Amino acid sequence: MPQISPIVIFFASIITSNMILSNFLGMCSYLSISSEYKTATGLGMAVTLVLTLTTFINWAIYHFVIVPLEIQYLSYIIYIMVIAAFVQILEMAMDRYTPDLYAKLGIFLPLITVNCAILGVTLFMVIRQYGALQSLVYGLGSGLGWWLAINMLAAIREKLKKAKLPPGISGPAISFIITGIMAMAFIGFSGIFTIQ
Amino acid sequence: MDFSVILRAVGSLAVISGVLSVMISISEKVLNNYGICEIDINNGARLLKVEGGSTLLNTLAGEKIFIPSACGGKATCGLCKVKVLEGTPSGLLPTEEPYINQEERKQNVRLSCQVKVKGNMKLEIEEELFNIKEFICDVEDITDMTYDIKRVRLKLAPGETINFKAGQFMQFYSKPYGKVKEVVFRAYSISSKSSEHDHIELLFRLVPGGICTGYVHQALKVGDKARMSGPYGDFYLRGNCEELIMIAGGSGLAPIRSLVYEVIENNLPHKMRFFFGANTLKDLYYMEEFAQIQKDYPQFTFIPCLAFPEAEDEWTGVTGFVTVALEQQIQNGEGKEAYLCGSPGMLDACIKILKDKGFTDQTIFYDKFS
Repeated sequence: MPQISPIVIFFASIITSNMILSNFLGMCSYLSISSEYKTATGLGMAVTLVLTLTTFINWAIYHFVIVPLEIQYLSYIIYIMVIAAFVQILEMAMDRYTPDLYAKLGIFLPLITVNCAILGVTLFMVIRQYGALQSLVYGLGSGLGWWLAINMLAAIREKLKKAKLPPGISGPAISFIITGIMAMAFIGFSGIFTIQ
Repeated sequence: MDFSVILRAVGSLAVISGVLSVMISISEKVLNNYGICEIDINNGARLLKVEGGSTLLNTLAGEKIFIPSACGGKATCGLCKVKVLEGTPSGLLPTEEPYINQEERKQNVRLSCQVKVKGNMKLEIEEELFNIKEFICDVEDITDMTYDIKRVRLKLAPGETINFKAGQFMQFYSKPYGKVKEVVFRAYSISSKSSEHDHIELLFRLVPGGICTGYVHQALKVGDKARMSGPYGDFYLRGNCEELIMIAGGSGLAPIRSLVYEVIENNLPHKMRFFFGANTLKDLYYMEEFAQIQKDYPQFTFIPCLAFPEAEDEWTGVTGFVTVALEQQIQNGEGKEAYLCGSPGMLDACIKILKDKGFTDQTIFYDKFS
């Protein structure tokens, strides 16, 4: 088990190993739900919550169920089941307490299940052999990083609504360009923290 | 392969998914449980006690209040509007926004398929919608009016009543018969008097290949049960005028007959002229009845028109399409309202003539067969 301080993991997963800007995971909802800052914030929060909880639970299941029973070949199925169940519960909770956000997120809320950033974080956590605390902060940090990235894109896209874009690059095209520029900017942070 | 490996794999998967399902069920019980909610409709006109958690549209349908909906609750038709005065913590949802205009927003109009029942609510719905019910009736009588039109008289279940405005229609459900396996519903205007609350009469003209009219003409028998819902529609008497011009063809006579009775039974002062178009004498029906009304009530004039009278018909009335009679007998649209029911071709031709004579969209009301 690598002895990386949880604090380093936390900041690294937000900044230098950002799920979107350095791993390019979870792009689908990142591009679709980023036209409005408020909605992006809601989705970011939901993804962060799911990521934190499922990464930790999957860590526990991996170490206390999968490894002792030697059923590593079933691990992907089990991770996805855990993620799907949590998204279901989250969906019911949001329907009850934040119906407005629930309606705005629409299909992208259940689609958090197939957000590859979430499975990605679980798999990285297993491959890098993190401990309990490390996994918890890694999940939380990755979620916050995803949230930060979608909020930055949403903020820029809200500004761009008033800008005159050349025809043909408005919509997804300009979002990709912005994401690329943001990713390059984030390379500037590399070297501050390293977890890989 | 070692048996214990299979057992381990299946067992662990089963246990994990079992635990997860239990967690989901518990959260559903906790999060989706809104208890018994009270819904107050039209300021106490009806009080419902319902189980919360479902959409308003489905909840009301469960209580036999049918809000019209064409899309079945997917927020794509925008028909299922109701006024929600109290009981929704959230504002307009993004899914509703395209269908609710500024005026309606001020009045708290919502799409009932998007609003969930989460607590006690106060609603306002149109009185007509409130009246829409489902009826299981007994077929009391089937009469041949012409060679292709049958009149079906239906008796409502004991204790049940219907309140409709003359001119409105019912949706009649067919049953599987012969080679037809499907159940369809079609709209038919009510031809009986609106003062009669325990019976309704519908006219069915046989449509070649039509499933619903085919069912009525071939399979329906006296004593059968028939299912229908209603009344629907905004084709009814406005009466802001001196004279009513009524125009019908074929089974379009149904709502007009009801309208005529509404005027004479309520002693309304309107003059009425009823132009009834048909091809030959054997397409005409209810002749004696309308002749009798004309005799008893001088305010009513009946003008049957035959487009293609045969020699043996010895026809002495108006010959030609209804449009010819309209052209000749109506001078202008002043003080008049027009009520039309029939095939699209006939209606379009008549509406064109009426507009030329000075009728407007506000004084022409029609029910087009489609």
